[in-house]
Amino acid sequence: MHKFLIRSFVSSLVLLFTLTVAAVAKDVKAAFVYIGPTGDHGWTYQHDVGRKAVEAAGFKTTYVEGVPESADAERVLRQLANSGHDIIFTTSFGYMNPTNKVAKEFPNVKFEHATGYKREHPNVATYAARFYEGRTILGTIAGTMTKSNVIGYVASFPIPEVIRGINSFTLAAQKVNPNIKTKIVWAFTWYDPGKEAEAAKALIDQGADVIAQHTDSTAIVQMAEKAGVYAFGQASDMDKFAPKAVLTSVENNWGPYYVDRVKAVANGTWNQKDTWHGIGDGMVVISGLDSQIPGDLQAKVKKLQADLASGKVHSFTGPIYDQKGNLMVAEGKTADDGMLAGMMTYVKGVEGDIPK
Amino acid sequence: MIKIVKRDQPSKAIFFFTPVLAIFLTLIAGGIIFYILGFKPFEALKFFFIVPIADKYGFSELLLKATPLCLIAIGLSFCFKSNNWNIGAEGQLTFGAIVSGGVALLFYDQEGFYILPMVILAGAIGGMIYASIPAILKTYFNTNEILVSLMLVYVSKLILDYLVVGPWSNPEGFNFPETRQFSDSARLPLLFEGLRIHAGIFLALAAVVISWFVFYKTYLGFQMKVSGFSLKTAKYAGYKGKKMIILVFLISGACAGLAGVGEITGPIGQLHREVSPDYGFTAIIVAFLGRLHPVGIIFASLVVAITYLGAETAQIFMQIPKYTGQVFQGMILFFLLASDYLLFFKFKFIGTKK
Repeated sequence: MHKFLIRSFVSSLVLLFTLTVAAVAKDVKAAFVYIGPTGDHGWTYQHDVGRKAVEAAGFKTTYVEGVPESADAERVLRQLANSGHDIIFTTSFGYMNPTNKVAKEFPNVKFEHATGYKREHPNVATYAARFYEGRTILGTIAGTMTKSNVIGYVASFPIPEVIRGINSFTLAAQKVNPNIKTKIVWAFTWYDPGKEAEAAKALIDQGADVIAQHTDSTAIVQMAEKAGVYAFGQASDMDKFAPKAVLTSVENNWGPYYVDRVKAVANGTWNQKDTWHGIGDGMVVISGLDSQIPGDLQAKVKKLQADLASGKVHSFTGPIYDQKGNLMVAEGKTADDGMLAGMMTYVKGVEGDIPK
Repeated sequence: MIKIVKRDQPSKAIFFFTPVLAIFLTLIAGGIIFYILGFKPFEALKFFFIVPIADKYGFSELLLKATPLCLIAIGLSFCFKSNNWNIGAEGQLTFGAIVSGGVALLFYDQEGFYILPMVILAGAIGGMIYASIPAILKTYFNTNEILVSLMLVYVSKLILDYLVVGPWSNPEGFNFPETRQFSDSARLPLLFEGLRIHAGIFLALAAVVISWFVFYKTYLGFQMKVSGFSLKTAKYAGYKGKKMIILVFLISGACAGLAGVGEITGPIGQLHREVSPDYGFTAIIVAFLGRLHPVGIIFASLVVAITYLGAETAQIFMQIPKYTGQVFQGMILFFLLASDYLLFFKFKFIGTKK
């Protein structure tokens, strides 16, 4: 009897232990920190779509929206790290320093910072998407569809990410139509429907009949719809907001990466790395092409998309010249990631100067 | 029958009672909102107002959050008491942060005890310079200080944008919109290991003491009070109105500038596009909730600070949208203004005729 008790006690202990280990391995909790509201239909909205994919994969998630990049970000991060979250995604550039600071205090929590470059501790990884690949597609469509040969582009802030997008877009448009000019209006905001609409209006008044955007609201496509010009959706499929104007959208598809990384934490295989995925890895997705795009252009775009995905075509293939005519990338060469990461010069064909 | 009667004089007891009433009504209305949204009201209120400050760290975060609010609100109370409607504290904060950040960046690779005092002083001067613009325009050109000070907020944010994107951006920072990190000598010392609460809290406390002294023990305080009641009386009494207008704006600007210093040399440690989550505007609520009284402002800044922390906690633990924090701030001000009705009117119960 005595022996039996001990044996059953030990075996139940073992059982309990294995159960606990299994439970711990499965019970990974992920947190997401957003800069804007989840209903912005742009940047934050798409991150939240990614979060829902993590939920669908069977993990618990938490999110905090509208976290300013001020001193508040650090508190939110610490609170999330303190309340049982195993991996925290910080989805705006301005969270870079707080992310690294809090990561130092919580070595057992994994941190994933979007669009930054600092990985000061082994538990900090960074990730971003090669949106410029999507903009190569948009430029190809814009260059073909324009009649006035003036393309408008609403930009947010003069940082490499945005300059790279303008250049990639312009290079692609020039390839199909050497006469086009890209006019830029800097909105100096990521999300401000009023300002964005004004910027779009200014571009339309200057003769632009296709408008591209690197800001997050749907105000620009709606303005384009009203004015009867073409536009492209940003971050999410914005077709329903302006069915006539939107030719296609470049969607940010974070879901697969998020699920992957959360699973890696669950399996204990998470490692620090810098991820920069494009169309090929499915992080950048082109929405359905509008029926206003003629059939031959649709076929061309589909092929370009496949070639960008396979790596056969690179958005920045030489010869590329800057505005003054200096050679940036030699014939037959492509720009390397270092050059792309620090890109702060316009290519030929972009009008105006980068605000300094 | 109940009749509403005008009071002969505003009631002093009710003057200090209505802020408490406003907070109480906000809690009730908040509970109802949570209920309508489908959350348990008491649990939600607990996560909003108790959980965030239940431990030492949480409490230190509350003080950290309340420090700039208190400092700015004290400054604003100088303006508001004397009928000067400075709505641009956010701009004065930003400009103070710019000037003090500029000094800190000059010494980014140096250490030395002399750096921090210069950085702090620069912030106060920056705020004063920026506040002097609406003050001078008001005194000499009769412009409306509400409009001028408000519009200058956006100007200051554009200046900050320009600097962190352009000339002051970190040369090693891949052109991202942020400056270098300040050297340790330019940072306000932390009070406790592992907590973010910093020496800036002493600036706020000093402002509280000084403002109390000025309001209630000096001739200037008396002048401000009279001007607040009636500008004509002040003129009749022979007060030099222009000087006072400029002085209260300078004090207010200095306080806002110092709040900016506290943020960038305290928890942030560099300049970037978002040095303040609109403290300058929220402090207006704090000033009125605190009845423009130094001690009242301390309590008010703590109450408003907790709405920020509570909103985060409530979202993390109960998935309540974080923007409810702003709803609470709005409700506090709304109920305060509404209950101010009681200051000037009272309900009288009248027996019905037999």
